[in-house]
Amino acid sequence: MTPPSPLSRLDLNLLVLLLGAAILWFVPAGMKSYGIYVISFWLVMSIAAMGLNLTLGYAGLKSLAQAAFLGIGAYTTALMTAKGGIAGPVWSWPLAFLASGALTFLAGILLGFPALRVKFHYLAFVTLAFATLMFLIFRNEQWLTGGVYGFPNIPRPTLFGVKLLNDLAFFRFLLVVTLALSVAMWWLLRSPWGRAFMALRENPLRAASLGVNLRSYTLLAFAIGAGYGGFAGALYAPMVEFIDPAPFAISASFVLLLTVVVGGQGYFLGPFLGAAFSYVLPEMLRVTGGYYLLVYAALVLALLLVSPQGLLGLVEKLRERRRVKAAQAMRDASKVMLEARP
Amino acid sequence: MDQLLQLVLAGLATGSIYALAAIGFTLVWQTSQTINFAQGEFVMLPAILVLAAVKFLHLPLPAAVLLATGAFLLLFGFGFKKFLVDPMLRHGVLPLAIATMALSILMKEGAKDGFSAEAQQFPSLVPDGAVNLFGATLSLRDIAIFIVAVVAIVLLQLFVTRTRTGRMMQATAQNPDVAKILGIPTEQMILLTFLINAGLAVLASFLISPIYLAKFSNGEVIGTAAFIAAIVGGFNQVRGALLGGFIVGLVDNLAAAYVSSAYRAAVPLALLVLVILFKPEGLLGRKEERTV
Repeated sequence: MTPPSPLSRLDLNLLVLLLGAAILWFVPAGMKSYGIYVISFWLVMSIAAMGLNLTLGYAGLKSLAQAAFLGIGAYTTALMTAKGGIAGPVWSWPLAFLASGALTFLAGILLGFPALRVKFHYLAFVTLAFATLMFLIFRNEQWLTGGVYGFPNIPRPTLFGVKLLNDLAFFRFLLVVTLALSVAMWWLLRSPWGRAFMALRENPLRAASLGVNLRSYTLLAFAIGAGYGGFAGALYAPMVEFIDPAPFAISASFVLLLTVVVGGQGYFLGPFLGAAFSYVLPEMLRVTGGYYLLVYAALVLALLLVSPQGLLGLVEKLRERRRVKAAQAMRDASKVMLEARP
Repeated sequence: MDQLLQLVLAGLATGSIYALAAIGFTLVWQTSQTINFAQGEFVMLPAILVLAAVKFLHLPLPAAVLLATGAFLLLFGFGFKKFLVDPMLRHGVLPLAIATMALSILMKEGAKDGFSAEAQQFPSLVPDGAVNLFGATLSLRDIAIFIVAVVAIVLLQLFVTRTRTGRMMQATAQNPDVAKILGIPTEQMILLTFLINAGLAVLASFLISPIYLAKFSNGEVIGTAAFIAAIVGGFNQVRGALLGGFIVGLVDNLAAAYVSSAYRAAVPLALLVLVILFKPEGLLGRKEERTV
């Protein structure tokens, strides 16, 4: 029999994270700017999905507003760092980044507090309402956001006096920030807070009887998830340098939710895998013409029918099956040996 | 005053269509805990199917309507339950809800790629026209829509409460285990609710498409309106969904005229949030006891 691995599953996650980051540092060196853009986009959406994974996968709350949080982060950063913004361009990007996270965190608390007071599954509908409202504001308040014409000329951040104009330099900067946010999330999930979030999902009543304050922990999980959406937005805006309301619509929030589920909700690495499925795969499917969303939706449906726990759930299921099979083989073998003995 | 009366009538007409969608949504939720995020697309698709049958199969309109209705009932009444809800429900309510989201994207993109990305004219059952009533000019079409939808809902309500099959359906929704013990074929009853849902969606589709035009993205607006109507009215009541539909239709139309056309979509949502905060069981709903 194989002894239990000395690395617990979460440590393995950290290892994969660090290794992946090290590899990604060098991967795009020879790539064209489009390739770098696709990988950058993948990282940004992974951050947003990571936040939603905390909300959905660990705390079990359905949120249909993650793209709206992404939008709040993106517009906040744009307004604070770009020339056309009302608060810009005096603010540096790190400040805008923190402000985006803080603002979405606060929005998460303000939104979650009343909804969770009533009934847990109503959060989904309240977030749906919020996401619609935010989209309308992004679209209609032209003086603030540029409306459908978009918000142009969002500057790339300057770091230690060096402006990250180069796509590769920006990608590496993005990679470092993604790694930092992922490690923070990894630490959070291992902390007693993370355990409490999981307890909420598994059995809220039991968690409550063990002294976990249901409402504040639920609220916290939701708000931190929203904050990660804001962080992702703060990275998205300088990445594309031009934002318009379309990527922050309701359907974008749906796709983010699908991303988390496809990757495997409640798995630490799920969001990265899911985001690759939802945002990198369609770029590859672009060769099929306008049909990529159709193909994407069909693939998601098929995957969910096979494995509702997503891609990582599928991996675990296969591994489990192999373990059962191995154990069975071992039992059969020992049975033969026992019977052979006189 | 004149304008107000017109707006109220238009609101009641679209509201009664929202009610059709909301009732289907509620029925399916009651019998199989399915939160169908594709409900709006269910209302979008039948009209597209009719137009596609006319365009690609060169059928006359009545034949196309029959074919589309039959195909939709088969695919999204029977097939939806058999091939999506049944296999997914074993894994819980959340994976199923997510799967319906994927289905909604699939239907929307299917309609766009398979038929057209442009809004299409859909023939109206009633000719355009107006009648004068109390000095106000009222659209004939709005009146007809209102009457057709309300008659359908009343018939449904009579079926559910007065017939043997309807009562068996209700029993299945309220307590499937006991219903099974009493010898009610619960599986068939659940299937029946899915067929009724598909039927209501077809009717709603044929009624609303002449107004909104048939377009692949119609589902977003209609779906949201149906959710709001179902929750505002009380999640487990046909009467509630009807009331909710009327309220959403009225609020929507009045908000567009008197508040702001840019933010008309936000007003019903504000109403939803208010109801969730102050009367979470809905206007006509009963308080649910929390079970352990």
